[in-house]
Amino acid sequence: MTRAETLLELDKVSVSFDGFKAINELSFAIGSAELRAIIGPNGAGKTTMMDIITGKTRADSGQVKYGDHAIDLQNLSESAIAQAGIGRKFQRPTVFENQTVLENLTLALHNDRSPLKVLFNKTTEMDRRRVDTLADEVGLTDHLHRTAGELSHGQKQWLEIGMLLAQEPRLLLVDEPAAGMTPQEREHTTDMLKRAAKTCAVVVVEHDMEFVRRLDCRVTVLHEGSVLAEGSIDHVIQDRQVIEVYLGR
Amino acid sequence: MERTFLARNPSVLVFLGALALFTLTVTILSEGLGIGFLSTSFIKTLGKTLCLCLAALALDLVWGYCGILSLGHFAFFGLGGYMIGMWLMYARTEEIVVSSLANVPLPPTSEEIRDAIGTQIFGVVGGAELPMIWSFADSLTIQLVLVVLVPGILAFLFGWLAFRSRVSGVYLSILTQAMTLALSLYLFQNDSGLRGNNGLSGLQNLPGAENVSQATLSILFLWGSALALGSFYIASAWFMSGKFGSAIRAIRDDENRLRYLGYWVESYKLLVFVVSAIITAIAGALYYPQAGIINPAEIAPIASIYLVVWVAIGGRGRLYGAVIGAAFVSLISSWFTGGQAPDIPLGFYTIKWVDWWLVLLGFGFVLVTLYAPKGLGGLVDQLVRRKSA
Repeated sequence: MTRAETLLELDKVSVSFDGFKAINELSFAIGSAELRAIIGPNGAGKTTMMDIITGKTRADSGQVKYGDHAIDLQNLSESAIAQAGIGRKFQRPTVFENQTVLENLTLALHNDRSPLKVLFNKTTEMDRRRVDTLADEVGLTDHLHRTAGELSHGQKQWLEIGMLLAQEPRLLLVDEPAAGMTPQEREHTTDMLKRAAKTCAVVVVEHDMEFVRRLDCRVTVLHEGSVLAEGSIDHVIQDRQVIEVYLGR
Repeated sequence: MERTFLARNPSVLVFLGALALFTLTVTILSEGLGIGFLSTSFIKTLGKTLCLCLAALALDLVWGYCGILSLGHFAFFGLGGYMIGMWLMYARTEEIVVSSLANVPLPPTSEEIRDAIGTQIFGVVGGAELPMIWSFADSLTIQLVLVVLVPGILAFLFGWLAFRSRVSGVYLSILTQAMTLALSLYLFQNDSGLRGNNGLSGLQNLPGAENVSQATLSILFLWGSALALGSFYIASAWFMSGKFGSAIRAIRDDENRLRYLGYWVESYKLLVFVVSAIITAIAGALYYPQAGIINPAEIAPIASIYLVVWVAIGGRGRLYGAVIGAAFVSLISSWFTGGQAPDIPLGFYTIKWVDWWLVLLGFGFVLVTLYAPKGLGGLVDQLVRRKSA
């Protein structure tokens, strides 16, 4: 992949916690409008990798280059990284449960986030139309005025995805979006992510092979903090090393 | 935005109406301007209560809405009181000094007057010089600015250091407690320049208003306090409605999520903390002229904890809850501790409420926490809902 197409590149990133190498010389790159699934057994470093990209964890060594100017994300705060266009969905649905769907989406809209600007903010007609579009996109149009806490588990996941889309991100990191969903909900979620991947890069961390297969995209297998294999799902599951890791040696 | 802010928030209108009605009733019943049913000292108690309500309102902004439990808000309250107290005491002493020197053959120079004021004010702590921090005490305007500036800067520095280091929860509460304790201990020292444990006194005498009786003054301060409470109530309600309030409540519920949405959470916390400190300081500046005296004991940690208890009992996260809690508990408290509550003789033991009031308050706090976690304000919510249902 040439520089121009690469949106995010991790270059030999390592991080260890109390001597345990969670990420070990990990190199990984994703293009600007690509859907990518990351799989790997527990402890492979999937969540730690997301923590590094979003600024929650600092790497011990290596670089995390992002965007057209290849800025190093390690020097930015979580909020600055988010403003640069990286959205993150947590494993458990994380929405503001005491506020309505409308308020949740409005908070996430891509507007100026400085406190004084927000204080004197007037919700414009454009904002309202944008919220309506988003609510439609994630199937919550009929629930705009409900409190987010009342939504079902699946709806909360969608609301969170809607909030990420509201930020108009360039890169979406999605942690196990299908966990605890019914088959229909999964299908809806797959469509949502595939559509999102047309305008921005989407990285999905998932355990569920069936879900990954349905995403129909390039798959990266992580193991012990580095990339074990990469390619289509069929290619990856025939890899001898991958079989060993997943089935035990 | 077809409807105005007040039309969308009927509870604000109800509150303002109740406050206006209360103020009017008290005025009519007062000694100063009305039929004399209520004593001047009771009017002062009511006026002070309004100031405490305002401080509770301010605490509710940081705790109830933003989730920052400050156990040191009385530091700001006290500082506001000290700043206005300096002018009250200086200007009043100046009047006394000038009138006592009126009969000397040579008219006193301004330096002589200043020296005499210093001796008058600081004689009690063995000094005669006005300390540096009294440089502007002769100017009401500057001292009024300092009422806002000094607590504001303290809150800014404290908040900037604490929030930037991501100190939160219990640890932050302990730090705020330490802040008010340190300030209190510092002010207890004679060389703090604010008369040590004597504090500032005679604050009930408004300079330049000798001809106005305390009865009238008490009503004027009641009006001032009510006006301040009403204005800041509207301002706070506006503050917390709309997207800004939504962001603040989001910080309380899940600040990390907000951070990953690109919000610089620390700047929001800092803004709310500083605004809250300033409102508290203004409440203090209105309170102490009615109390007449301020000393470092007022800033002791227990005072700030009472404030938290009021807001908890009233119901945090709703503005009227904080006001109801502060009014209700502080008025009952002054009834019990003022010796008006009848003792209960049990034969072998007599329950004296002056001693037992704290136990009662403690039980009340536990009961509210267990059975009405939303406080008295939550009960109001239920009533309104039942009516509209």
